[in-house]
Amino acid sequence: MSDLVLHLDNIQKSFGGLSALSDVNLHVEEGTTHAIIGPNGAGKSTLLNVCIGRLKPDSGHVTFKGQELTGREPHEIAQMGVARVFQTPEIFPEMTLLENVMLPAFSKRDGAFKLNAYSGLAQQGDIRDEAEHILEDVGLADQMLQEAGSLSRGDKRRLELGMCLILRPRLLLLDEPTAGMSRHDTNRTIDLLKKIKSRGMTKVIIEHDMHVVFSLADKVSVLARGEIIAGGKPEDVRENPKVKEAYLGGAH
Amino acid sequence: MKLGPLTDTTRFVLFAVIILAMPLWLEPLGGNYPDLLQRFAIYGIFAIGFNILFGLTGYLSFGHAAFLGVGSYAAVWSFKLLTMNALPAIVFGVFFAGILAAAIGFLSLRRTGIYFSILTLAFAQMSYNLAYSVLTPITNGETGLQLSQQDPRIIDSVFIEAGSGLPSTNLFGLKMSGYPGFYFCAVLLIICFYISMRIFRSPFGLMLRGIKSNQNRMRYTGLNTRPYMLTAFVISGMYAGLAGSLLAITDPLAGAERMQWTASGEVVLMTILGGVGTLAGPMLGAGLIKYFENIFSAFNNNVLMEIFSFLPNAVAEIIVPIVGLFVGSGWHLTLGILFMVIVIYLPGGIVEGLSRLAKFAAGERKSSKIAGGNTSPQDQPGE
Amino acid sequence: MDAVLLQILNGLDKGAAYALIALGLTLVFGTLGIVNFAHGALFMLGAFCAVTFNKLMLISTKVEDTSVTLFKAFKEKPYLEIWFPEWGPLLIQYSVPLSILLAIPFMILVGYVMERGLIRHFYKRPHAEQILVTFGLAIVIQEIIKAVFGANPIPQNAPDLLSGSAAIGTWLGLSDALVYPYWRLVYLGFSVVIIFAVFAFLQFTTYGMVVRAGMRDRETVGLLGINIQKRFTIVFAIATVVAGLAGVMYTPILPPDYHMGMDFLVLSFVVVVVGGMGSLGGAVSAGFLLGIVQSFASMTIVKEFLPGIDQIIIYLVAVVILLVLPRGLMGRAGVMDD
Repeated sequence: MSDLVLHLDNIQKSFGGLSALSDVNLHVEEGTTHAIIGPNGAGKSTLLNVCIGRLKPDSGHVTFKGQELTGREPHEIAQMGVARVFQTPEIFPEMTLLENVMLPAFSKRDGAFKLNAYSGLAQQGDIRDEAEHILEDVGLADQMLQEAGSLSRGDKRRLELGMCLILRPRLLLLDEPTAGMSRHDTNRTIDLLKKIKSRGMTKVIIEHDMHVVFSLADKVSVLARGEIIAGGKPEDVRENPKVKEAYLGGAH
Repeated sequence: MKLGPLTDTTRFVLFAVIILAMPLWLEPLGGNYPDLLQRFAIYGIFAIGFNILFGLTGYLSFGHAAFLGVGSYAAVWSFKLLTMNALPAIVFGVFFAGILAAAIGFLSLRRTGIYFSILTLAFAQMSYNLAYSVLTPITNGETGLQLSQQDPRIIDSVFIEAGSGLPSTNLFGLKMSGYPGFYFCAVLLIICFYISMRIFRSPFGLMLRGIKSNQNRMRYTGLNTRPYMLTAFVISGMYAGLAGSLLAITDPLAGAERMQWTASGEVVLMTILGGVGTLAGPMLGAGLIKYFENIFSAFNNNVLMEIFSFLPNAVAEIIVPIVGLFVGSGWHLTLGILFMVIVIYLPGGIVEGLSRLAKFAAGERKSSKIAGGNTSPQDQPGE
Repeated sequence: MDAVLLQILNGLDKGAAYALIALGLTLVFGTLGIVNFAHGALFMLGAFCAVTFNKLMLISTKVEDTSVTLFKAFKEKPYLEIWFPEWGPLLIQYSVPLSILLAIPFMILVGYVMERGLIRHFYKRPHAEQILVTFGLAIVIQEIIKAVFGANPIPQNAPDLLSGSAAIGTWLGLSDALVYPYWRLVYLGFSVVIIFAVFAFLQFTTYGMVVRAGMRDRETVGLLGINIQKRFTIVFAIATVVAGLAGVMYTPILPPDYHMGMDFLVLSFVVVVVGGMGSLGGAVSAGFLLGIVQSFASMTIVKEFLPGIDQIIIYLVAVVILLVLPRGLMGRAGVMDD
C-alpha cells in the first residue's frame, strides 16, 4: 500500500443544527486521483472547505502527510502544499494572465511573506519564464497580457488551474473543474489533468460529469447526505446498488 | 501592470523635471509663491503615501490625518529639544508616525471594508480628542505647539549662541523657508515618488494589488495577507509623518486640527481627484486642490466686481453674489461639488479622464487598428 | 444613586439623538445597501428647518413703541403678533415644535430628490464610492447652510412652559438636586414615539414587510415582481424625515450650526457599527447605550481616575466592540463582509 497523502478522520460539521458532514473518513493515496461524487447538497464542497481551512470541523481531524491540518490558517495549509481550484473561479480579475500566474509563483519561491518591494517585476526573469511555461501548459499563452476578468468562464477556470499548478502542490483539490465548459473544453481539461497525473501529483476531484470521473479517477468515494456511502474502484462503485439508488439512479 | 507609452525612467525624469521647474511654469498661472509651492510638495507626499495603501490594496483609511499630526508634533519637539536642523525633525516625524501606524494598523487591519474605515476613523478621532485634552503637556492643546525662547535645544546650544529672536529651521545653515524650503520638500517628494514607483512595480506591489483584487485567492495561494497589509499601512503612515514633519519644518508649529477627520477626508479627495492607484494621480490631485484653494479663496466680492466689470452693472450685481458663493470662504462648496462630480462621472480621476481622451484621440487616427482587449466571440463558453 | 440616575438621564437625550440618526442610517444601509455619509447633514438640515421656521414667524415690521413717551420711538414687531394679538406670541413661542410642520414636507422632498437624483445611481457601486460621493454631498449641504445662515450657532428656545426643569429627584423621593430639563424629557418621549412608529411601520404594514424582506434578501424580493425601486425611495425618505425631526427637536438642547451634522455623523456611524450594520434594534440600543456611557465618562470622579476618557470613550467602545464582536452587537452574518 502506498503512502497516505490526505487522511480525514471522523469529520463532523453542522450548520445551525443541520448536519453537513457526519463521520466522514477518507484516505487519499500518493499519486492517485480520487474522485468524490454525490448528489447536490451531499456536502462535497463543505468537505473541500474543511480540507483547506476555510471551515473548521466540529470534530475530527484532517491530516496531510501525517501533519495536522485542522485549525491551521488557509495560507499555512497552502504553504504545506495543498492547492485548490474553486467552483467559481477565484482569480485576480483586474490583473493580466501573466500576473495572475506570477503571483502564486512568488508564494512558492518566497513563502507566506517576503518584503520584496524594491526589485521590479521586470527583473524577475525566472518567475516570468515559469509563468509563461505554465500558461502554455493550460493553453492560454497567447492571451498572456490580457486582463483576466475578460476571459470566458472556461478560460478563467483553466487560468485558476494554472495558478494552482505553478505552486507545484503535493495535493490538488478540484471542485468541479469542468462545470459549465463545452465538450471541447472539457476534453482539453481532461487531457491537461491526465498530463499532471503523469507527473505524480495527487488530486482530489469533485465532479458531476461521469465522463470526467471515469476518465480520470483511480478511486471514487460517494458522498450522500454528509456520509460516505461507498468507495473503491470506479467500475465497482458504478455497480454498487446503494450508489445507484442514492445518486446514479436518481440523476441519470 | 499596464505598459503605458512611457517607460518608467522617462516617467520619473519627467516627474522630477516638472516638480523642480514648478516655480517657472506656475509663474504665469499665478501660483509661484514659496508657501504654496511648499504645500504642493508636502501634500503631494501625503497623497502619494495614501495611495500606496488605498490605491494598491483598496483599504480606505479615514484616519491618515493622525499620522500627519504626529509627524508635525514630533518635528516641533525635535526643534524644541534638540536642534533646528530639519533632518532629525524628519527622522523623528517619520519614526513616530510609523510607530503609531503600526499600532493602529495592527488593530484596524483585523477588519476589512467599511469596518476598517470606521476603525481608522475612530483611532484618528481619539488621537485628535486626546491631543486637545489630556495630552496638552505634549501638544499644547488648542494653542498648538510652538517654539519658544526657553527651549533647551541641546545640540544647537553647544554650537551656536542663542540669538535674541526665535531661531528658524534650517538644513545645516540653509534656512528652510521660502524657495530653499520648497526645493528641500521637492527633492523629498521626488524621492518619495521614486520609492512609490518601485513599490508599484515590485512583487510587493503585485501582492498588494492581489489583496485588493481577491483576498481569498491570496490566502489559498499560501500568502499571509496580514503582514503585507500592515507593511503597506505603515509605509503610507510614514509618508504622512514625513509630510507632517515638513509642514512643521516650513512653518514650525503644530496644531491638533491637523489631525481632524476633515484632514483625512482631504487626502482621500486628493487621491480620488487625481486617480486612485495611478502613479502621478495623487500628486496631480494634491496640486490641483491646493492650487484652487489658494486661488479661489483669495477672491472676494471686490475682486469679483473687477473681474465682471466688463458686464453691465445690473448684470454684474446679480452674477457676483452667485459666483461669490463658490469662491472665497465658499471654496469648500466648490470642492464638495467637484468631489461629487468626480466620483459620479470619473471614478478613475483625472488620470483616467486623460487616458480616455488620449485613447479617443488615438482611436480617431487609427480606428481600423483596434485590436480589442476584450474577449473575441469564439472564446465564449458553450453553455 | 442620585449621581448614577442623573448620568443615565443625561445620557438618554444624547443617546436618543444618536439612536434616531443611527436608525435612519442603518435602515438605508440595510435596505438600499448604501453607506450614507450625508446622513448627519440631514440631521443638520432638520435643525435648520426649525431656525428657518422661527425666522419666518418673526418677520417683523416697525411699529411705534408706546412704552417710550419722551420721543417718538419705533420697535420691531412680528406680523404674527400684529395680526393675531391673542395667540400670535404663543405661536412664536412654540416655533420649535411647530416647525415639524415645515420639516416633514421639506425633508420628504430632500429625501426624494436625493434618492432619485444621486443615491439610486450608486446602488451597485462599491461602498468606498458611496462613502465618497455622500461625503462630497455632505460638504455641499454644509457649505450652503453656512453661506445662508452664517457660521455661528443660532440658539432656539423651548416654549416657556417647557423651559424649566423637572424635579425628578423630588418626584422619586430622592434628592432635590436631581433635576432634568423638561425639554429633554420631551425630546426623549418624542424619540421613543418616532422609534416605535418606525418599528410599527416595518412590523405591521405590508409595505414594511416588503422592506424587511428586502433587508434580508434584496434579490429575491426583486424577483417577486415587487417594485422595489419605489419602496427604496420611500425608505430613504423615511430615514431622511427621521433624521430631520431628530434635528428639529434637538435645537433647544444644542444651538444648531453648520457643522453639527458632521459631528453627529461620525458618532452615529460609530453607533451603527457598534449596533451592527443593518440592524435596527442594534442601532437604537447602541445609541442609548453609547449616550449613557458617554455621560458616565464625563463624571468628575471617572475623569480623575482616567483623564481624558470622556473625550474618547465612544471611539474606544467602538474599537473594542468591533475587534471583539466583528459584526457589532446585533449585526447579522454576511452583511458588509466584503
